[in-house]
Amino acid sequence: MINYAEILNREPYSMKKEEKHVFLTEILSELTRHHYLNCEPYRRICDASGFDVNDIKSYYDIPFLPVRLFKEYELSSIPREEVQKTMTSSGTTGQQVSRIFLDKKTSANQTKTLTKIVSTFIGKKRLPMMIIDTSAIIKNRAMFSARGAGILGFSMFARDKCYVLDENMQLDIQGMQNFLEKHSGEDIFLFGFTFMIWQHFVKELKKTGYKPDLSRGVMIHGGGWKKLVSESVSSQQFKKELKDVCGIERVHDYYGMVEQTGTIYMECECGHLHTPIFSDVIIRRASDFSVAEVGEEGLIEVVSVLPESYPGHVLLTEDSGVILGEDDCPCGRPGKYFKINGRIKNAEIRGCSDTYAAKF
Amino acid sequence: MTNLEIYNKAFMDTFEIEESQLGGLEYQAIPQWDSVGHMGLVAAIEDAFDIMMDTDDIIDLSSYEKGKEILKKYDVEI
Repeated sequence: MINYAEILNREPYSMKKEEKHVFLTEILSELTRHHYLNCEPYRRICDASGFDVNDIKSYYDIPFLPVRLFKEYELSSIPREEVQKTMTSSGTTGQQVSRIFLDKKTSANQTKTLTKIVSTFIGKKRLPMMIIDTSAIIKNRAMFSARGAGILGFSMFARDKCYVLDENMQLDIQGMQNFLEKHSGEDIFLFGFTFMIWQHFVKELKKTGYKPDLSRGVMIHGGGWKKLVSESVSSQQFKKELKDVCGIERVHDYYGMVEQTGTIYMECECGHLHTPIFSDVIIRRASDFSVAEVGEEGLIEVVSVLPESYPGHVLLTEDSGVILGEDDCPCGRPGKYFKINGRIKNAEIRGCSDTYAAKF
Repeated sequence: MTNLEIYNKAFMDTFEIEESQLGGLEYQAIPQWDSVGHMGLVAAIEDAFDIMMDTDDIIDLSSYEKGKEILKKYDVEI
């Protein structure tokens, strides 16, 4: 049995390369054996590739599953009656979505991990929170989209909440004014999906001329850059314009996916995405899936210690990226740091922000 | 109202349940106590006792009994 209580008690950014390699190899080996025993399709995949689950020397060797597999098959390592929640990825209409089966334990571990990681950026104290989205997104509890789940997960850090968009995705200026008046002089936590922040917050604020003072704000956003890249908006420009419209300086992007909820990759003060100790990123060459060098672009493999109720601990994404370095980011956090270059050609549009943006 | 009565009322009002259902009640055991309901419960408890819980404690609040233990940290004896 994996001792999650002990694992998740550790500081998210606290291990250098060698220690982390031993730590992850041990946990991921055990997880691999667990899925091998409890998920028949997973066992067949391991057997077909001739992989010996009882002799794992490095987590780099564990077979990766393409994320696409979770769209085509129902992959689960728990009895059906223990499924407590089924998460679906965001997909545009007509696209098939991933289905991720969670039991109580995995779901609780996801929440705990997300909290550990995010509180190292915004602190343990809960803050007034402005959500750059509409409350309509979480009205239907039974149908949990990745977007709704993201908002709910991050609401854990909120003490008082304000949705800044109405049901028609229009900026609720009066609501914002009231909220900021009530919490004047306090730090404010802002959360939203990248494209929505750009489309419905930055652009609209510019249009209306209303300039809220969010100089004490800290923003976390994620969900994909595809649409913004097509509009030639860079990360630097995104940050600059945000600062222009509301004075906010602390802005952190994150990279994450519904198939590995909880272990997100936060952008540090230097603009780099960081791997915590609970997960890792391996870049693979598209030609033969060998491990790429630091600085070399390739497909992103993500590994996470959290997926226990479904075999999603080692996954090959359809994103391409590059490792920028390890243990030596100027921000001081140990671990690999990387950047995303985009989605591979012909891959589907699937980030929370990107699927929404496909309508524009 | 005693602290126990206030504490019970927060659960009963949030989840629309009876007092007899409180003993042994755990997170996710009833449909109302899901992740959305959880934040409603936290808000109700915080308002009732005029406290603000840390994020860690919100996550640890996994049962009716566990909540009583957590509240001690905020000088609320139940």
